Amino acid sequence: MRKVSGLSRFNIASLAFGLAFLYLPILILVLYSFNASRLVTVWGGWSLRWYHEFFNDRAMIEAAWMSLRVAVASATIATLLGTLAAVALSRGERFRGRTLFSGMLYAPLVMPEVITGLSLLLLFVALNAERGFWTVTIAHTTLTMCFVAVVVQSRLGSLDRSLEEAAMDLGCDPVRAFVAVTLPLIAPAIVAGWMLAFTLSLDDLVIASFTTGPGSATLPIRIYSEVRLGVKPEINAICTLVIALIAVVIVIASLASKLSSSQGESAAPL
Amino acid sequence: MAEELPGTNVAAEPAGGDACPAAGQPLLRIEGVAKTFGTFRAVDGVSLDIKAGEFFALLGPSGCGKTTLLRMLAGFEAPDEGRILLGGKDIAQALPHERPINMMFQNYALFPHLSVRDNIAFGLKRAGMPRADIATRVAEMVALVKLEGLEKRKPDQLSGGQRQRVALARALARRPQLLLLDEPLAALDKKLRENTQAELMELQRRLGMTFIIVTHDQEEAMTMADRIGVMKSGKLAQVASPRELYEAPRSRWIAEFVGDVNLFDGETKLRDGHRLVIGTRDAGTLVVAEPREAVGTGKLAVAIRPEKVKLSRRGPVSEAGRETAINSLDGVIADICYLGGTTTYKVKLDTGGTLQASVANSARLDVDAYGLNQHVVAWFTPDDCVVLQS
Repeated sequence: MRKVSGLSRFNIASLAFGLAFLYLPILILVLYSFNASRLVTVWGGWSLRWYHEFFNDRAMIEAAWMSLRVAVASATIATLLGTLAAVALSRGERFRGRTLFSGMLYAPLVMPEVITGLSLLLLFVALNAERGFWTVTIAHTTLTMCFVAVVVQSRLGSLDRSLEEAAMDLGCDPVRAFVAVTLPLIAPAIVAGWMLAFTLSLDDLVIASFTTGPGSATLPIRIYSEVRLGVKPEINAICTLVIALIAVVIVIASLASKLSSSQGESAAPL
Repeated sequence: MAEELPGTNVAAEPAGGDACPAAGQPLLRIEGVAKTFGTFRAVDGVSLDIKAGEFFALLGPSGCGKTTLLRMLAGFEAPDEGRILLGGKDIAQALPHERPINMMFQNYALFPHLSVRDNIAFGLKRAGMPRADIATRVAEMVALVKLEGLEKRKPDQLSGGQRQRVALARALARRPQLLLLDEPLAALDKKLRENTQAELMELQRRLGMTFIIVTHDQEEAMTMADRIGVMKSGKLAQVASPRELYEAPRSRWIAEFVGDVNLFDGETKLRDGHRLVIGTRDAGTLVVAEPREAVGTGKLAVAIRPEKVKLSRRGPVSEAGRETAINSLDGVIADICYLGGTTTYKVKLDTGGTLQASVANSARLDVDAYGLNQHVVAWFTPDDCVVLQS
């Protein structure tokens, strides 16, 4: 008897091909980060030499630190603003221009990054703002806020409004009802939104390169400029570390959103 | 008010004392309350008095405004017009948390992230009750709704009936002066619903609390409530005891909405003492008792409940038949609907109309039952009829 739910040979082959297409380049990158040879294309045995080199590369470490700070700051601000926007859109009275507002909120989702970056650059130049950490952070907040809003709003939409009413009925004013009931229930979505914003900020090159200033390059910018001078195996090591970090964050984010969507019943505030 | 909740008062008694209105004064007085959504007048000038300790039902089809009225009592909607007086104080514009009223929601609205115990304690914590008193009160509520042993469960680990009990316990925990119940039993299956109805009534009587229940199920309203207010298009069509509502409906619409009824349109032919003789289109001439409220001479409708109609193979045989004029109509059984306790026969009258008769199946063997196409005489007394303005 063949298992009905088993994969056919064709399914297995197409799945393998698809996964290989997606992950083979990354696998090779990771593999060669452990390469002892200086030549990127020649295998010279196992080594942690390039990791060692990265940790001694001050400029690279500084860029990584910058990226991390920008990602944390922009993700936090974006989560705050995005959550507020989502609450306003799904809980507020139907105000005039609500459709326009939600359309404008989601525009950065589909806007080409070049346009976002360029327009922000023009804005910062017009305001005569010194470009550096804060301009990149603000730019990344603009980019990622809509993602947070989408995630949180979908969770709010699936929440029963009568839960808040029940809280008010039992003695909460509207603000306390939100804090005591709604916030714990949407917390997983907020966490997932933050993680999403964090990873988006961490790997953004286009907007960062438009809005950053001299001496405050983010990691992607740094890597990109290094690669233009020729690929060093050190880059492979950095990329492997970034991939590992993002993989961890994405796993946490998807776990959080899974908790959030499974009725939120057992979703304790994190 | 939440702050007025006496922390030491842990006996199973309603919030009493100074909050109770003086004798004779209603606990709740609704005066000309109206609410409009856009151009839709959901509640259109409702006035109603509810006494302390009463079990009152708001009954009506969906969209009649009963839920909107209830939500105005709870404070989730503010009335556009009118006053809502609770114990003499106007609360029409007060926010939900400022009212000594609690509500049990249709879908229960239990907090999914909190355990049964924390759900019940939620309102008590907000009222600033000391921890020890909260524990006592919660234990008392858990015992009241028979949920012992389930205190640590989350709502998604409970059955529908258990959730309903948690919702009830949570709403009762603050000892509200008034408990609102929005279709509290709609989500339960029939058997459980009947048991829960009895339990709710028993609980209400024991606690001496005032309940207002919203329902579209007329049987539920009839079973549980002391008084029923029937709503139609935002207005109260009739407020009466279940019996009065059923036996003396004020309009044709109410007669049809509450229970089954046979209706025959006609006009008054003759007025003879306490009797009216009405010529109907489908059932010939009917003699009916004169209604208490005078009816005009225009078009009328005669209403007879199916269980008031008797069937026999020959003419009327009851002793009542000798004293009073009897309406007897010849016909043929057109349809039989066996319901267990009763059987509903549809009689095709020789005069053209159709008459429903509900007969109790008082014997197990069906020697008395009628067959299809059998000729029968359907009869009823003038007092069994209700005359309604058409």
